[in-house]
Amino acid sequence: MAEFKVPELGENVAGGDVTRVLVKVGDTIVLEQAVLELETDKATIEVPSSVAGRVTNITVKQGDKVKVGAVVLTVEDGAGDAAGPAETHPKSHIPHPNAENPQSDAEGPTPKADQPAAPSGAVAGGLPPSREASADRGQASGQKPEKVVSMPARPAPEPSKAARAEAAEPNPKAQSPNPKAQPTPNSQLPTPTGHRPAAPAAPSVRRLAREVGVDIDEVQGTGPQGRIAEEDVKEHARRILSSVGTSRGTPERGASPLPDFARWGEVERQPMSNIRRTTANRLSHAWNTIPHVTQFDKADITAMEELRKKYREQVEKAGGNLTVTAMLVKVIATAVRQFPQFNASLDPQANEIIYKKYVNVGVAVDTDRGLLVPVVRNADQKNITEIAIEVHQAAEKARSKKLTLEEMSGGGITISNLGGIGGTYFTPIVNLPEVAILGVSRGIIEPVWVPGAGRGGPVGPPSNAPAGAFEARQLLPLSLSYDHRVIDGADAMRFLRWVAEAIEQPFLLSLLG
Amino acid sequence: MASESTQVAVLGAGPGGYAAAFYAADLGMQVALIDEEKNPGGVCLYRGCIPSKALLHVAKVIDEARHASAWGVAFGEPTVDVGKLRAFKQGVVDKLTGGVGQVAKLRKVKYLQGRATLTAPRSMTITGAGGDTVLEFEHCVLATGSLPTRIPSLSLDSPRMLDSTSALDLPDVPKSLLVIGGGYIGLELGSVYATLGSTVSVVEMTPGLLPGADRDLVNVLHKRLEKLFAAIMLSTKVVKVAEEKHGIRVTFEGAATSEDSGGPSLGARASAKAAGPPEPQLFDRVLVAVGRRPNSKIPGLESTRVKVDQKGFIETDGQRRTAEPSIFAIGDVAGEPMLAHKASHEARVAIDAIAGHKAVFEPLAIPAVVFTDPEIAWCGLTEAQAAEQGIEIEVARFPWGAISRAITIDRLDGLTKLVLEPKSGRVLGVGIAGSGAGELIAAGVLAVEMGATAEDLKLTIHPHPTLSESLMESAEVFFGQSTHVYKPRRK
Repeated sequence: MAEFKVPELGENVAGGDVTRVLVKVGDTIVLEQAVLELETDKATIEVPSSVAGRVTNITVKQGDKVKVGAVVLTVEDGAGDAAGPAETHPKSHIPHPNAENPQSDAEGPTPKADQPAAPSGAVAGGLPPSREASADRGQASGQKPEKVVSMPARPAPEPSKAARAEAAEPNPKAQSPNPKAQPTPNSQLPTPTGHRPAAPAAPSVRRLAREVGVDIDEVQGTGPQGRIAEEDVKEHARRILSSVGTSRGTPERGASPLPDFARWGEVERQPMSNIRRTTANRLSHAWNTIPHVTQFDKADITAMEELRKKYREQVEKAGGNLTVTAMLVKVIATAVRQFPQFNASLDPQANEIIYKKYVNVGVAVDTDRGLLVPVVRNADQKNITEIAIEVHQAAEKARSKKLTLEEMSGGGITISNLGGIGGTYFTPIVNLPEVAILGVSRGIIEPVWVPGAGRGGPVGPPSNAPAGAFEARQLLPLSLSYDHRVIDGADAMRFLRWVAEAIEQPFLLSLLG
Repeated sequence: MASESTQVAVLGAGPGGYAAAFYAADLGMQVALIDEEKNPGGVCLYRGCIPSKALLHVAKVIDEARHASAWGVAFGEPTVDVGKLRAFKQGVVDKLTGGVGQVAKLRKVKYLQGRATLTAPRSMTITGAGGDTVLEFEHCVLATGSLPTRIPSLSLDSPRMLDSTSALDLPDVPKSLLVIGGGYIGLELGSVYATLGSTVSVVEMTPGLLPGADRDLVNVLHKRLEKLFAAIMLSTKVVKVAEEKHGIRVTFEGAATSEDSGGPSLGARASAKAAGPPEPQLFDRVLVAVGRRPNSKIPGLESTRVKVDQKGFIETDGQRRTAEPSIFAIGDVAGEPMLAHKASHEARVAIDAIAGHKAVFEPLAIPAVVFTDPEIAWCGLTEAQAAEQGIEIEVARFPWGAISRAITIDRLDGLTKLVLEPKSGRVLGVGIAGSGAGELIAAGVLAVEMGATAEDLKLTIHPHPTLSESLMESAEVFFGQSTHVYKPRRK
C-alpha cells in the first residue's frame, strides 16, 4: 500500500479546493498521471500522482478543501506496473470486480472522509487561543483597568498583591454580592510564568499605553535594546486600529454589519471562490498600501492598426493572434527599459527600491472565474510574433484553467486591456508589488488636426490659416496607474508620452527595442 | 451631632493620606482629611522617618567629629544635652507637621482632628474634641498606616522597655541598650544611641542583619557596626525579658554568632561559629524593633465589604480599590513594602482612579534606604531575588576604594552595584552601600524605571568628584573596562 499526498503546489500555496477527482477506486494509475484537479489561490492545477498502482481508496471528493500533505488516495503497489499507460488512462477504466470492496477498507487504518477536515481542525485548534489571549488582555487593560494586577509579572521588591491575595483565606464577610469590585479571581491573574522582565518603557510611556488601552508588553520598541518610546505605543495603537479596520483577510471585515437584503427581495448567497477571495485580498491590500495616481493619454493607433491588419494572417499562421495587447506588450517592454523605475518594486522595510534587470510583462486576462494575469517573460527580447503567440496561448490556458502559478508569477508591470469590451478610460489598481499598470480601452475614430495635411480639403481651414486638416484617426485611450511612492508624476507623463509615441511610430520599437 | 459631606474622605494623614488629600484637592475635589494628631504628618513625620533622621544627622556629626582627630583636628569628647537634642528633634517635627498643616489649609482640605468610625460604605462618624461629626463621603481612602509589632513574650510593662516611638522620644542615654531586631529601625536607632554613648547590643533572629537586602551591601555596614556595637548576636532569639532592680534581664536562645562578614554570599548565611547562646544579661533599656504591623483594625470596618488578609493588610486591586467599591486603601495598611514614598505614590494612583483615570500601581522599582552610617540603599531587582526566581543576571560591582570623592571624605567603605540583564545590559536593579547611598539611589531608580542600560549610564557624564561616579564606573565594569579600576583583559 502506498499513499499519495497533496504535493507542494508552489510558493505560498497551502492548499486548494478539489474541483475534480480524475480517478476512481479500482483504477490503475501510473506515475505522473493526473489524479486530481485543484483550484488554488491563483490557478487550477492538475495534480500528477507520485505513486503508481491500483487505487484502493480515495479520501477526497469534489468540493473538499485540501492542504499540502493531505492524503489523496491509496494504491496497491505493483498492480499497475505491467499495464501500459493506454490501458490505465482514466477514461478507459474497466469496472474492477472489487470496486465496492475498498469502501470497507476505508473504515480501516486509512482515514477517509475526515481527512480533509483535519487541516482546518488544526487551524481551529491553533488560532483561537491567541485570540482569546488578546481578548483577555484587551479586557484587562481596556475595559476594567481597576482589575489589572500587573505586579506579579514584574520583579517587585516585596511579595506581590496577587501572591497575598492567593494566600488569603476566603473572608466570610466578603461573600455578600458585589458585582463591581470582586477581587480579581485567581484564574484571571497573570501567573508569574517565566521571568520576562517588565517592558523597557519609561513610566510616562507605560501610562500612555495604559490610557490608550495598549498592552505595553505587546509593543515593539524601536529604541536601543528594544526600548519603547511614546511613538512606538502610538504606532502600535494605530496598527491595532487599522488591522481591525482592514486586515484579517477580506476587506469586508470590520465594515458595518450588512442589512438583511432579503427584506427587499430574493437573494442568493454564494461562497467566494479562491480566486475571488485572493483577488479581493490582493486588490484591497494594494489599494490600501499604494498611493495611486492615474494619468490619461491618447495614442494615435492608426498606423499601428494598419500594420496589425497587414501582418495578422502571417502571425496567425505562426500560431499567434496579433492583437493590440500583444503589440502593447512589446511597446511596454521597450518603454520600461527607458524608464527602469516602472519595472521596480518598493521595499518599505528596507527603504529600498528594487530595480529589475529583466522585463516581464503581465497581461490581465478576463476569465469566467475571475481575473488572471499570465506573465510574458523577457518580453524585451522577443519579437512581436513570439509575444503574440505567447499571449494567445496564455489566454487560452487561463480560460481553460491550465495556467500554472509559475506562469503567473514574476511580473514587473501589467497591461490590462478592456478595449475588447469598450469604454474610454478607467483607473486600474496597481498589481502589488509592481509599481505601474497600463489600462487600455477601445480605440475610437476621432477627427484629429493634422498640420500640413489635406490642404484645401472639405474641412480645411480658411486659406490664411496654418496649413493642415482634420483627419479621421483612430485613438487609443491609455490609463496609467502608478505607485506615487516610487514614481513621480512628471516621469509618469513622460513614460506615457513615450508609450503613445511608440504606438504612433512603431519604428521606434525597432530603433530602440 | 454635626453632619457634613465630602467627595473624598481620607482616613489617616501620613505621607499616604495627606498626599492623597492634597492631590484630590488639586484635581478639584472636595476633600476631608481625618487624623488624631493636631496636624497632618502621620508616623513618618511624628515618630518615624523624620525624627529618626534628625537624630541620625546628629549622630553622624558626633561620629565625624570623633574621627576628625585622625585628620589632625581634635574636638574632645562631646557633651550631650539630651533635653536640647530632644527639642531640636521636636522642632524639626513641629516645623514639618505645621508646614503640612498650612499647605492643607491653603488647599482648602478640611482637616478633622479625631477618631473615625466607619458606619457604612459611604459614611463615618468622627469623634473629636468638639463632639461627634457624621461625615458622608463618595469615596474614602484608608491610609491608617502601621504600628510597631508587639511580641507577647516580650511585652513587659516597664519604662525600660522601648519601642520605636518611645525610643525616638529620647528619654535618656542609657548605659546599656539591647536592640531586639536587626532590621532598619533597630539598626538606625541603635546607631543613634551607640553614638550618643550607650553600649548597644543587637540581637537578630535570622543569620544576618537587614534580612532582604543583598549580603554584599550588608557586609559593608556590618563591618562598621561591629565597631560601633558591643555585640551583634545573629541567629539568636530573645526568649525572656524580666525586670530587675537595675535593669532588664534578657535570656537568649540560639547559635549566637557575631560574625557575618565574609564574601558577598547572597542568601542568608549559616551561622559561622556555633558558640551556643550567650549568657543572660542585664540591660538598662531594651528596644523592641521587630517590625511593623498594618493598622487595619479600623473601627467600623465590618460595616463595609473591605477585606483584610491574614497578615492584616487591607486587600486592594491594582488601583488600590478595596472590595468595597467606594473605599480605597494605600500605604502601610495596604501592603509591603511599608515605606512612606510607596504610600505617596499609591495615593496618586488611588486618587487618579477615583477621578476616573486609568491609573495602576506598577512601579518597576521602589527604593529602600537604611539610614545607618554607612547607608544602604537598593531598588528594583536584588541579587537574592534573582537567584530565588531563577532570573539570569549579570552584576557589575564597583568598590568605593577607587572613587576619588570617597577618598577625600575618608570613607572607602562603600560599594555600588548594578543588577543587569546579561544580553541587553538593561538595569534591573541597583544596590549601594556607603555614605549618602540614600541620595545616590534616586539615579538608580530612574535608570530602572526608564529601562536604561549600562551603556546609557556609562555614556552619561557624572560630576567629578562625587560619589555618583560610582554608578557610571560600575556601568563601565559591565563592559570590562573602567577608568579607575585596572583589570587585565580577559582572553
